Amino acid sequence: MIWKIFLFLLISFISVAGIAFPIVENPESWYEFPNIPGLEENAKIIFFHVPTAWLTVIAFLMSTVFSFKYLKNKNLDDDAKAYASAQLGMIFCILATVTGAVWAKFAWGAFWSWDPRQTSIFALLLIYGALFALRSSIESEEKRATLSSVYSVLAFVTVPFFIFIMPRIMKGLHPGSADDTGAGPVVNFQMNSSMQLIFFLSLIGFTILYFWMWQISYKSIIIRDKLNKHLIRG
Amino acid sequence: MSKYSVEANELNKTFGRRLIFHGINFRYDDSGVFGISGPNGSGKSTLVKIIAGLISPTKGRIIHKNSDDEIIPEKLHNHIGFVSPYLVLYEEFTAWENLNIFSTIRDISFDKDYAKDLLNRFLLYNRKDDFIKTYSSGMKQRMKFIFALIHHPELLIFDEPTSNLDEEGKNSVYEIIEDKSKESIIIIASNDKADLNLCTEILDLKTFK
Amino acid sequence: MIAKAIALFKKDYHSELRTRYAINSLAMFIIVAISVILFAVGQEKLSEGLAGGLFWVVIFFTAMSGLARAFVSEEERGTSLTLQLIAAPSTVFSGKLLFNIILVFCMNTVIALLYAALFESFVIKNFSLFVFAFVIGNIGLAVSSTIIAAIIAKAGAKGTLYPVLSFPILLPLILTSVQLTLFALDGTSIEDAKFELAIVVSYDVVMLTVSYMLFDFIWKD
Repeated sequence: MIWKIFLFLLISFISVAGIAFPIVENPESWYEFPNIPGLEENAKIIFFHVPTAWLTVIAFLMSTVFSFKYLKNKNLDDDAKAYASAQLGMIFCILATVTGAVWAKFAWGAFWSWDPRQTSIFALLLIYGALFALRSSIESEEKRATLSSVYSVLAFVTVPFFIFIMPRIMKGLHPGSADDTGAGPVVNFQMNSSMQLIFFLSLIGFTILYFWMWQISYKSIIIRDKLNKHLIRG
Repeated sequence: MSKYSVEANELNKTFGRRLIFHGINFRYDDSGVFGISGPNGSGKSTLVKIIAGLISPTKGRIIHKNSDDEIIPEKLHNHIGFVSPYLVLYEEFTAWENLNIFSTIRDISFDKDYAKDLLNRFLLYNRKDDFIKTYSSGMKQRMKFIFALIHHPELLIFDEPTSNLDEEGKNSVYEIIEDKSKESIIIIASNDKADLNLCTEILDLKTFK
Repeated sequence: MIAKAIALFKKDYHSELRTRYAINSLAMFIIVAISVILFAVGQEKLSEGLAGGLFWVVIFFTAMSGLARAFVSEEERGTSLTLQLIAAPSTVFSGKLLFNIILVFCMNTVIALLYAALFESFVIKNFSLFVFAFVIGNIGLAVSSTIIAAIIAKAGAKGTLYPVLSFPILLPLILTSVQLTLFALDGTSIEDAKFELAIVVSYDVVMLTVSYMLFDFIWKD
């Protein structure tokens, strides 16, 4: 219970601080953020957008790990964990895409411009979508678990290719990408300590949030599953 | 007399979260007829599929040995003859072509004399150049036995062998079972009294729930 | 192992000759897809980039219309069990893969010839690069489509599911192959396209390895 209150306070603090702390030319107080040329007020999205994108990747990774475990041990609990993680990943993926697109409208002038990161998140969205389409088309739970696990692993091995080919095929606009001359690696150099503090607190807060949601989600899937069995058997 | 043995070690199978059976142990050596019985849905077909290596058990192991050498799963299919109601042969090919194709895919030489002999025994020789799709269900069932026997397997698994067969067909099946039981292990999964009468040992799946 | 796979391929080949299921529909699909593009383009002259991209659009959808057949036909007719009884999983996958590779090569050669004949801007300046990219691209396409075909066959062969599942897996391959086709149309040298060629080759190797590893799980239900 205590850590739930702690998490609540942490996320509240991040939300308030991330939005309300002023951006000034030469930050002096601990609650002032520096002005990053080319980003200005838009820079504040980093506290909300980056954690969602980070969790999209973490959720995908966890989903693949548990899919792999399912194939090894054939334990349906692992499949429930993989599925719960994929569901959360899908939610965070949509959030990251939407927040990114809104930000891009103000920073780049268009909601969508096939920047490498936009393309990559789009590919992830497609993978998640395909996974759910596959799951919903199979009746037998064992078959569903096996086939979706196989598909997760298959999709996972294609991801590294995106990292290699994207920068070659399209120009990067995203802050922190190789072609980005304007802002440079934002996280490392241009944030002052207060901005970094809020940023990493936000990452930590969102990660805890993910694990908490994931736990509730897979436990409820397993319980619902067992309840269904019980009702059918009388 | 073959030196073949098949052994089950604490076999468990669950589908999803539903238990089918648990704790099955047996060991059959050399030759003989063994039966598996149980009411519908007790997992007879599942058990024979596990024995044939078509699906894996949830827990436990099934071990096939030939002269004390364990057969690896990749090679198992050439030691097993399998008949089941779910088995379907390639309907766009003739009976003869089917047998020929199976031998080439198994990478063993096609024993033409044996094929002719089997076709004769199951009263299909006159129809050997007809497409399987023109066969009646009884003829298809008899054809499955030829499919199961053509590669001289050491282990024969018959799942409901006499369904769809008339008296004449049943007799040729019983004849072949008696004949082959001298040199190979035969496992019959069935509820038919007449089928089970042939068996020296019967495993009742009711007791493994 | 290779002899068995070839025997399985021959079985599929003869079966295809008798039923003519895949070949007829694939041929018609290619004609329909290309004429749709021709009608849509009308009198306009396509740019090189667009022609190269549309080339892969046709290839992708043709593959999606025909390659699932390898496994779906076995599952539909109920002969998967028979196949399991006569061959090891690796043999089955090799045989089906061989069939799909040859099918992909035939159909893509036809598409390439039709493109060269019908689109003025589809002029290949670096022929050896095109052939190299074409060969490794086709292999990658065949490998990924075969393993996804195995998945959807076991999932109950819902037709629309095949492109949905294949697209994310094929996306890296398609993006790189479009780029390589553009290079071949531009006349870029093989030396300059080395990076993209290496990507496609490693895609082929990775997908082939993973497919062989995962096929057991799909095939043994």
